[in-house]
Parts: sequence; structure tokens; C-alpha cells
Amino acid sequence: MPRRRLPALATAVTTALALLLAGCSGDDGRGTEADGTIRLSFQSLAWQKESVDANKQLVREWNATHPDVQVDYVQGSWDNVHDQLLTSFEGGEAPDIIHDASDDLADFAYGGYLADLRTLLPDRLTEDIPRQSWATTTFDGGVYGVPFLQEPKVLIANTELLEASGVRIPTPAKPWSWPEFRQVTAELTKKGTYGVAWPLKEPVSVTLNLGLSSGGRLFHRGADGKVTIRFDEGDGVMPGTVRDQVVSDRSAARPSLGMGGSDTLPGLFGGKYAMVPLGFSYRQQVVEQAPEGFAWSVLPVPAGSAGLAQGVSPQTLSVAEDSPHKKEAVRFVDFLLRPANMVRLAKGDWMLPTGTEALADPALRTTENGWATGTALARALRPAPAQSVRGYPEWKDKVATPALQEYYSGAIGTAELRKRLVEDGNRVLARYQR
Amino acid sequence: MSPRTSGTVRAGQYAALLCYLAFLAFPFLWLISTAFKPARELGSLHPTWIPQDPTLDNFRQAFDEQPLLRAAANSLTAALCAALIAVVIATPMAYVTARHRGRLSTAATGWVVVSQAFPFVLVIIPLFLVLKYLHLINSLWGLILVYVVWSLPFALWMLAGYVRAVPPELEEAAAVDGAGKARILVSVTAPLLAPGIVATALFAFITAWNEFFFALVLLKTPEKQTLPVVLTHFLGAEGVADLGPLAAAAFLATLPSLVLFAVIQRRITGGLTAGAVKN
Repeated sequence: MPRRRLPALATAVTTALALLLAGCSGDDGRGTEADGTIRLSFQSLAWQKESVDANKQLVREWNATHPDVQVDYVQGSWDNVHDQLLTSFEGGEAPDIIHDASDDLADFAYGGYLADLRTLLPDRLTEDIPRQSWATTTFDGGVYGVPFLQEPKVLIANTELLEASGVRIPTPAKPWSWPEFRQVTAELTKKGTYGVAWPLKEPVSVTLNLGLSSGGRLFHRGADGKVTIRFDEGDGVMPGTVRDQVVSDRSAARPSLGMGGSDTLPGLFGGKYAMVPLGFSYRQQVVEQAPEGFAWSVLPVPAGSAGLAQGVSPQTLSVAEDSPHKKEAVRFVDFLLRPANMVRLAKGDWMLPTGTEALADPALRTTENGWATGTALARALRPAPAQSVRGYPEWKDKVATPALQEYYSGAIGTAELRKRLVEDGNRVLARYQR
Repeated sequence: MSPRTSGTVRAGQYAALLCYLAFLAFPFLWLISTAFKPARELGSLHPTWIPQDPTLDNFRQAFDEQPLLRAAANSLTAALCAALIAVVIATPMAYVTARHRGRLSTAATGWVVVSQAFPFVLVIIPLFLVLKYLHLINSLWGLILVYVVWSLPFALWMLAGYVRAVPPELEEAAAVDGAGKARILVSVTAPLLAPGIVATALFAFITAWNEFFFALVLLKTPEKQTLPVVLTHFLGAEGVADLGPLAAAAFLATLPSLVLFAVIQRRITGGLTAGAVKN
């Protein structure tokens, strides 16, 4: 290259770099328009039509009454949401208001990506949502999201089969115990019909969440803050019952162990299964897909020594730590979660609101489509046992999922299950807690 | 091998081929069947291949709930531009790599192998930062740039194979007849490479058309989102799906690829054969 071209090249490169750097430092006025209007982005994961409509309508109502703080609705996707958010956080381009689930927040909270909302939340909202729900979004003493929708597991039952068998119909006030449930499913099992189908394609969270009803916790936090796994008597009640139903009684359909929730619905509608334990929101699919005249009911899952307690990971609204307008973002969250609005969101998603005022709304107390059974269970809902445990995803994938799948299918016994969950599991957790 | 044995073997081969085709076609046929079924039929314990009460409701609902046409236009823009740019860049590179063997060729091959080894998740954050500095986040051009870079190594690999299949003697003969380098490339080499270029462009197009993760992460506003991202809006948490509208939208999303394949199938087949035969 001729020497005289070098200065020109150097100038061009310097200019390009300067432009690039200018691009990097252009964040000063982020989220604020020239006329001072604050612009917030709200990434919602709502996906069912009623739910999307409810969210969009609420955003419109907010924008109409708050010309100085405008919210842009962005529809996100549950698929890959963790990686998408992580990249956005790292790149400094995260939405201001983030819809997610409490079991996905731990990494983001510990990583400093989410704002601690303790000083920002209005008293009304703090007091409206019960303490056990706040516990699902509290990490190291900070609150990193507002839990607003949750769904317990319920039994969706073929009413005709249940009534014809003459078994006692359980209610939230008088639920079945786990032994009684086993007996009932045996009675319901006839030629061509199983008493129950457990969709256990992903067996870990169901096992942990329903295990709470018998006092099972599996994960125990010591005084030093470290978590260890123990398999006590209470931890074995729910999995033991399911295994007995599948292996000994044959009152639970073995093929359903590999199914997801939706896969079991045709069997429920076709009279192949008398009952299916499913999330509360599956009622919408039942309403849409059940053949005309199909009579169905929503029953509480069995209770144990801890009553109807079960674990949940509520859907949450968080604010990005990088957001330059955290106060305004929390004001929008507060608006979105006013009791009347929370009811609209809950109905749109066929889930339960966490707010006590919203839960008292008559629209959610109706017996139609099993709403009343769900709301009666709300007080028994607890944080999912493992959601703040570091190393839980690896334990779940490498240890618990294969161990539970083998246990439920009868390939291994309780002693081997205990050994693998505890010994192998503690080795995994130890690596994360050094 | 006797003619009798040969006939049996041939029958076995066709049977295996038929099984394989059925295996490949099953998901697509099921998708079409689902797209035309009403919700109540989707919950049937004894599903049928042919919908008993066929309906277009799923298509109506899909169009009503999501901006499918806009998303398809975005996908088409991104995929066509990515395919075109990738081919324009990869063709001369492939020619040099194939014709001038040496360190460059070895380095290019190494680059291809190494670049294919990285999973999306590993490169997405640095890529995001680079695009942010270039002000190309939430821009279809940013996405096109990523698609070009992503498909370029394999396109280069494919095209280099086609170039090697063109006998150098043809170029030498043209040179002897007095043709210049440019004339040789345009009049001799390019026509012979055409099937390979079409096959490579199709590969780049389909890669970009189906790509989901980069589009999800890089495009922020609904107006820019591509078809694979919009399709996930029919999916809820834990694999729950609005099956009918999802199948209808997914069926429509596969049509452009099918049409492209149908139109240029013969050229691709020729191109693949040409690329496979080495001198």
C-alpha cells in the first residue's frame, strides 16, 4: 500500500470507531421521547386469545389515562424465554416490564438483571398478595417480581364414571387422602377404563409440588444457607401412591407416564380414564375439545398430613434493573394488578389470581367450570420447593427425571430412588454451593 | 447376482424406500389433517386421517389472532436477501478455494468445520453486542446479516464441491481459444455451476426461512417479527398449544418451501449430482 494512503486509512478507521462508540453510548435518553413522554416496553407471555385481548385492552386503558407514560405491548414467547431474556439483559436491551414465571427468576435475580422492588411497590399491592406468594419471588431478601397468576393441580374427572361407581366425591373441605385416592382409583378401574392417568412426561415438578401435601420437602436449607437433599417419610407418599397405582393395582394407565397433560384429554373424553391430574388452566382445553354432553368436574388433588398444600411457581411481572424508569414501570404493574384487572387476567388465562381481593370476586367463585374448587385451594398453595435452589436444573435433568421415570414404571424400588435422589443429588448440589 | 435375486433385492429396496417416505411424510400429512379439524375432533380418542367435519376455522382463527401475512413478508424478505447475498459472496470464494489449493483452501475448510461446531446459544450474546454497536438490533438487515454469516460456511463448502466438479480442462480450452479470465468465468464456469448455485441458494433460503432463535432474540417489535417467531405465539408454557390454529399456520408456513422445491427440483437434483462427482 502506498505510504500516502495510510493517514487517510487511519482517519477512516478512527471515524468508524468513533461512530461505533457513539452508538454504544447513546443510552442517555433511553425510553424518553423529545417531548418528555416516557415510553416503556412490556413483554407479555400471554398467548391464549382471551388473555392476549385482556392484556392489550389493559395497556390501551393505561395509555389513554397516562399520556406522560406510554406502554408498548410486545408479545413474547414461552419458548426459549430464558435465553431470549438473558441475551437482552446482557445486551442492555431488555424490556422494562417482564412477564415470566417465578421458577425462572433465580438466575436473573442473583445475576443483578432484575430490580429489587421492595422500596418501589405500593403498600396496596404488597398487602393484597399473601406472604407465601411473595416468597416465590424473594431471593436473598430482595423481591424481584410480583407473583400474579398461579395454577394448582386439580383432578379433572369424568362425572358420569365417578357417580356411577358410587365413590365419595371429594371437596376442598373434605378431600380424599392419598390411601383413599388409591382405593377409589382401584374401584373406578374396569375393563377398558383406568381410574386415573398420570401425565408424567416431566415428573419432577409434579412430584415435588404434590409431595408438600404429606410434608415432603426433599430440599432442606441449613443454618449456613446451604441446601441438602433428604428423602423423608413424607417425600415418599405421593410417588409411592402413583407407583402402586401403576405397578401393583394397575388402576393408573402405564402409557400415560410418558404423556404431557394435553395428550391425556382424548382418553378422558373417551371414557378410558376416569380422572386426570392436570393444571387448573387445562379446563379451557376441556371446554373447547370435550364432546358435546361430556360431563366433567374439577376435584381437589388428595390431601396428606399437611392438608391440601401443594407447590406452585406463579407467573410474575418484574422490572429490569437497567430500566431508566423503574418507578413508572412499577406504577404500570400496580395498575395492571388492581383487583378488577387481576380478575380479567386470571379469567383470560383460566388461572387463579394471587391477590386476595381478586380471589374474592364472585366471577371466580362460581361453580361453573370448576372455578370455585380452584379458589378454595388458593390458600393452600406454597412456593414450589426447589425453585430457589442453585443446581436444581441439573439435579432435575440428570438425576431426578430418570430416577423418577424408572421408579414410576416399576423398574426400581423406593430404596434405589432414595439413594439416587439423595446421594447423587447432593453431589450435584455440592458443586453449586462451594 | 442372479436376475431373480436382483428382483427381490430391488423389491426390498423399494419397500424400504416406501417406508422411509411414509416416515418422512407422516408428520406433514398429520399437520394438514389437524389444520382442517374442528377443536372437538382434536380431542377424539380415535383420531382419523380425514377430518370428519372439515373446517377452515383454524385458518380464520390463526389469521385473526396473529399477523401471519406481515410475518411471512418479513420472513420472505430476510430469507431471499440472505440467500442472494450468501450466494453472491460464496460463489467467488468457492471458486478460489477449489481452484487454488493451498493454505487458503485449508484455512477455509477449517473455518467451515469450526464455525459449524458452535451452538446458537454460545454465539448469541457476542453477536447481539456486535449488532447493537452497529445499530442493527430490531432490524431485518441485522437479521439478514446474521443469516448470511451463519449460512456462508456451509454454502462455501457446498459450492466448492460443485466448482471441483467442473473440469479445469474446459476453462483451459476456452483460454486456448482466446477467452479472457472474466469471459471464461461468465461463459464457461458460471453456466456449469448454475445447478449448484440454485441448490446452495435454496439451502440458504430454507435455513433462514425456518430460523427461530436469532429472530426471537434480535427482533423486538411485533412489526418486524418473522413467521417462526409468530408461530410460537400459539404455544403456552410447558408445551401446551392451541393445536388447530398452530397446525393451520404451520401448514401455510411450509408452502413457500414446498413451492420452491417443486419448481426447481430438477435443477437441484442435477446440482446435487454435479457436486457429488469429483474429478
